[in-house]
Amino acid sequence: MTSLPTHTEKKLGLVIDLDICVGCHACVTACKGWNDQGYGAPLSDQKPYGDEPEGTFLNRVHSFEITPENGPAQIVHFPKSCLHCDDAPCVTVCPTGASYKRSEDGIVLVNEDACIGCGLCAWACPYGAREMDQAAGIMKKCTLCVDRIYNENLPEADREPACVRTCPTGARAFGDLADPTSAVSKSVADRGGFDLMPELGTKPVNQYLFPRIKDFEGDLDVLSPLLDIQPEATGISGWLDKLLGKL
Amino acid sequence: MNPAPSVILFTVLSGAGFGLLGFLGLGVISPTGLIAFSYFTLAFAMAVGGLLASTLHLGNPRNALKAFSQWQTSWLSREAWLAVLTLAVMGLYAIGAIFFGKHLSVLGILGADLSFLTVFATSMIYAQLKTVPRWNQWLTPLLFLSFSLSAATMLTAQNGLAVAPLAVTGVLLILHWLSGDKRFSASGSTIETATGLGGIGKVRLLAPPHTGSNYLMKEMIYVVGRKHALRLRWITLALAVVLPALILLLAPASVLTTALAFILHLIGAFAARWLFFAEAEHVVGLYYGKR
Repeated sequence: MTSLPTHTEKKLGLVIDLDICVGCHACVTACKGWNDQGYGAPLSDQKPYGDEPEGTFLNRVHSFEITPENGPAQIVHFPKSCLHCDDAPCVTVCPTGASYKRSEDGIVLVNEDACIGCGLCAWACPYGAREMDQAAGIMKKCTLCVDRIYNENLPEADREPACVRTCPTGARAFGDLADPTSAVSKSVADRGGFDLMPELGTKPVNQYLFPRIKDFEGDLDVLSPLLDIQPEATGISGWLDKLLGKL
Repeated sequence: MNPAPSVILFTVLSGAGFGLLGFLGLGVISPTGLIAFSYFTLAFAMAVGGLLASTLHLGNPRNALKAFSQWQTSWLSREAWLAVLTLAVMGLYAIGAIFFGKHLSVLGILGADLSFLTVFATSMIYAQLKTVPRWNQWLTPLLFLSFSLSAATMLTAQNGLAVAPLAVTGVLLILHWLSGDKRFSASGSTIETATGLGGIGKVRLLAPPHTGSNYLMKEMIYVVGRKHALRLRWITLALAVVLPALILLLAPASVLTTALAFILHLIGAFAARWLFFAEAEHVVGLYYGKR
């Protein structure tokens, strides 16, 4: 059903620490790798070796530059995948019931057997979290690796989303955001986790943590003293300069 | 938003077709026999043709029947139901009019209500989307309905009368454009709210996630042709409203006059709908540093 559950027992989701992410795109690759071989239609590529390669990805990393009023600009790498919103607009617009939010853990999924590929859910999502697979004609989105996190055939350590498991810097954390004692909830409380586009009222489950503000000592260019080239050399340098000039 | 031809054909033709069905149901004209046959054929051809065009937009049309299941939450599902109910009710009404010379007004009025509700449901598919501020306003359903009424009045040969809904359509077009131009900034969504990083400073995209394009960018960040938007607005107004109104007012009433005016109006309506999509900006563009 495309009506949203009034309450979900758990709110499984991700906490992404923008202070730690180095923009290596390992999560993008791990996501694509895992979702090519298990759950649902594989994520296809179009002309992967051609002049305009394109493909379906469930997780992408943007890089932004922030320029404060005073001080140096800083770069923030910004991974973005489905935020598994509590008030997910992508779910209610679906005409077939293919798009749904699970009441047990809050994961938003697509039942590919019922999807007609109309694309309306992708229009309704403000975050660009849904992409229509061009080969399958079916809407794809982050499943929070639902086929890993409950998979008892995998070692315990692997029972988390592929993007989290692979992140070399630990910028991504997975957990239950409805449980205030969970590690993810604590980090959100400590660091002031925030929603993306809160003005749209989607109530995302995934939270982002702020990057640290860059230190600023007043002089933007630490190399500038070294660049202070004197027009006329003096002392021994000057003597050498003259000598060499005469040779 | 990508102005896909299938969706433009669908909204324009179905809008006109359901409008005509509505007027036939209301008994604005009450033809019988062959004349009724030609009217209903035209109305059904436009309504059904539009609906068929819309299925070209689907990536996986095999599951199309499932689209009837979620009428409680989804405007697209409601539209599917309303369209089919309208066609069924008006089909019965048409049989009465064509073969028995009888107009069952109960069926007709029910069918007319369903017709206009179908057009309303079509418009709400777009108007409901908070992510596309230009569409997310009450003028959107009004504009769709007034296009539908204009086509219906023209086709039922209400020559003098058709000028009124055409004028209303013209006014609504202008209002929709003008208020639409302000909707994005009024929505409050910026690259700063999209990234949540506005507290630190001014944000700009430094590097996109990939060098190529993707589905999102093709579907929702359509910027081609926007530079011609103003010129196209004038062309739209001229073709959809002014020229048909002048023809209907000045030329002697005949089938040819109506046909000429209606064809010009349809071309204008296609232009209007092209602009409706091409000018609409989706908030996801903020993540790509584009609108």
